[in-house]
Amino acid sequence: MRDKAAWQLEVRPSSTDTLVICLGGRWCVDQNPPAPDSLKDRLDASVRRVSFDASRLADWDSGLLSFVSEISKSCANRGIAVDSSGLPPGAQRLLAMAQAIPEQKLARRDRGPRGTLAHVGTATLEFFRGLPRMLDFLGEVVLSVLRLLSGRASFRIRDLWLEIEEIGPRALPIVSVISFLVGLILAYLGADQLKLVGAQIFIADLVAIGMVREVGALMTGVIIAGRTGAAFAAQLGTMQVNEEIDAFKTLGISAIDFLVLPRMLALMLMVPLLTLYSGFIGMLAGLLVSVTIFDIGIFEYYTETLRALDFRQFAVGLSKGAVYGAMIAFSGCLRGMQCGRSAEAVGHAATSAVVTAILLITIAASIMTIVYYQLGI
Amino acid sequence: MPAIPHIEVRGLSMAYGDHIVQRGLDFVVNKGDIFVVMGGNGCGKTTLMRALVGLQRPTAGSVLYSGEDFWNAGPAAQQTLKRRLGVLFQGGALWSSLTLAENVALPIAEYTGLPASRVNEIVAFKLALVGLAGCEDLYPAELSGGMKKRAGLARAMALDPDILVIDEPSSGLDPLTARRLDELIMELRDSLGTTIVVVTHELASILSIGNNSIFLDSESRTMIATGHPQDALKNGHPKVRHFLTRGGEGSPPPRNDSSETP
Repeated sequence: MRDKAAWQLEVRPSSTDTLVICLGGRWCVDQNPPAPDSLKDRLDASVRRVSFDASRLADWDSGLLSFVSEISKSCANRGIAVDSSGLPPGAQRLLAMAQAIPEQKLARRDRGPRGTLAHVGTATLEFFRGLPRMLDFLGEVVLSVLRLLSGRASFRIRDLWLEIEEIGPRALPIVSVISFLVGLILAYLGADQLKLVGAQIFIADLVAIGMVREVGALMTGVIIAGRTGAAFAAQLGTMQVNEEIDAFKTLGISAIDFLVLPRMLALMLMVPLLTLYSGFIGMLAGLLVSVTIFDIGIFEYYTETLRALDFRQFAVGLSKGAVYGAMIAFSGCLRGMQCGRSAEAVGHAATSAVVTAILLITIAASIMTIVYYQLGI
Repeated sequence: MPAIPHIEVRGLSMAYGDHIVQRGLDFVVNKGDIFVVMGGNGCGKTTLMRALVGLQRPTAGSVLYSGEDFWNAGPAAQQTLKRRLGVLFQGGALWSSLTLAENVALPIAEYTGLPASRVNEIVAFKLALVGLAGCEDLYPAELSGGMKKRAGLARAMALDPDILVIDEPSSGLDPLTARRLDELIMELRDSLGTTIVVVTHELASILSIGNNSIFLDSESRTMIATGHPQDALKNGHPKVRHFLTRGGEGSPPPRNDSSETP
């Protein structure tokens, strides 16, 4: 079938300056028609005119059209006249339609491979361009918070509750699992070191202070950054794609007030609470390990834990939780609001939100740890 | 040209859960038809399109392509049928992480195994055909709505499909571009013999390009007219005339469903 019906191509000069391209058989994409490049060598300076003879052509589709279109383009570049009257009428009309609108030269751009240096340069420039936008967003959020404090910011309380439910109760399972395992790791870590001085009872102190002050907040922050920060960026990014954010702007409603504030409040409220919960679960894991593996009595562990903890430890943990919550909300909403208008941009916004949030959380954690140490809290 | 049935729809019903969108649709689209699916907003035009192109299983009835039942065919047969089908979605549905050229090239490269240079030539021709020559390297996000739609058409035509299903071809296009698109659709039918199904409520398009049609009614939830749109305009169901004259002629749609006698 294929052999019988496949394309045929023959080129013959009909007079001194005219080239006739004879087409025969089936010129369809599935017949793997020839490359027009093979003909371009024949279009030398002696040729002034190209015409076609399609009398033996059985069937055709885009395979023929793209071939002729390429030939026509080469001819146009070399000032050779093309006479397409020998082609089937339908093909002539489609080719004419394709040539009706000239190529848009401006649209072409250089996307060739770039060197490492260029990549580094672009990325650096992009980073420094991003900083003012970040500050701009921070400023808008601060203004929005001021409006909230003066009672002029408008958002729906229902949104706040929805966010609170989504961020808090629904995150309990994952926070439980991670906190339990981290508490277990801390207990083992402490047991190994404290065994050297025979003071294994201090596992209770290590786990309690470690979980409540630092690790609980940090783990919760990282979990919520991945869970909620990414979701915020994706939600706001999709709203940006759908022009929903623009709709707020044209109505004179602050998108920051309406979308960012409830999310930020919900996070600043729920992350400290989750931090408390995480600390509690971590201590439970420490207790379990100490009692079953290291032969420490339940009540011993309990009293030692109570002795280790005081209000300061809780205050430190809660304050860190609140700050991390704000960082997550800031990065998630920032990346969402900055999102471009495509599916790819939404994915990028979500990734970038998590990376930014974890970076900010770690920086904030370091600064707060140093400051609290210096203040002796 | 003798009428050869290309798409046959028999007793088709579509529903979302308990909500029936359309029921009892029976029509035939002949080879080389430009078949217009008309109807007001929310009457189920797009749902019908989704059932035709294999995106949504109808609750009852069958869709036959050249006699082959799509929804009762095996996965492999469905795949073969889908290959002969080009679809242009309402918003263009271009893949945003690919350039225009890559968008059009993907189906060609996937199905034909042509060398890359040949694929690029076909892509260049398809884009030129829809008036986007030279826009190969642009990303969909850099295009206007009308350009996206035209690029979507170039992708739908990539494999020279036997059947082209187009959802709202001219909405959001300026009148000149819309007319050019209509001309292109007719030219595809005339020169390549493509069967074209157009879902639209653009009156100018309906009356100028369609040679067969159905009218979906949202109140009785079924089709109330078939045939040439010009005939429907002259002596069709009052509701259809009402629609095709933008409310100028025919009776306003009656409020009561039971008063309807088809």
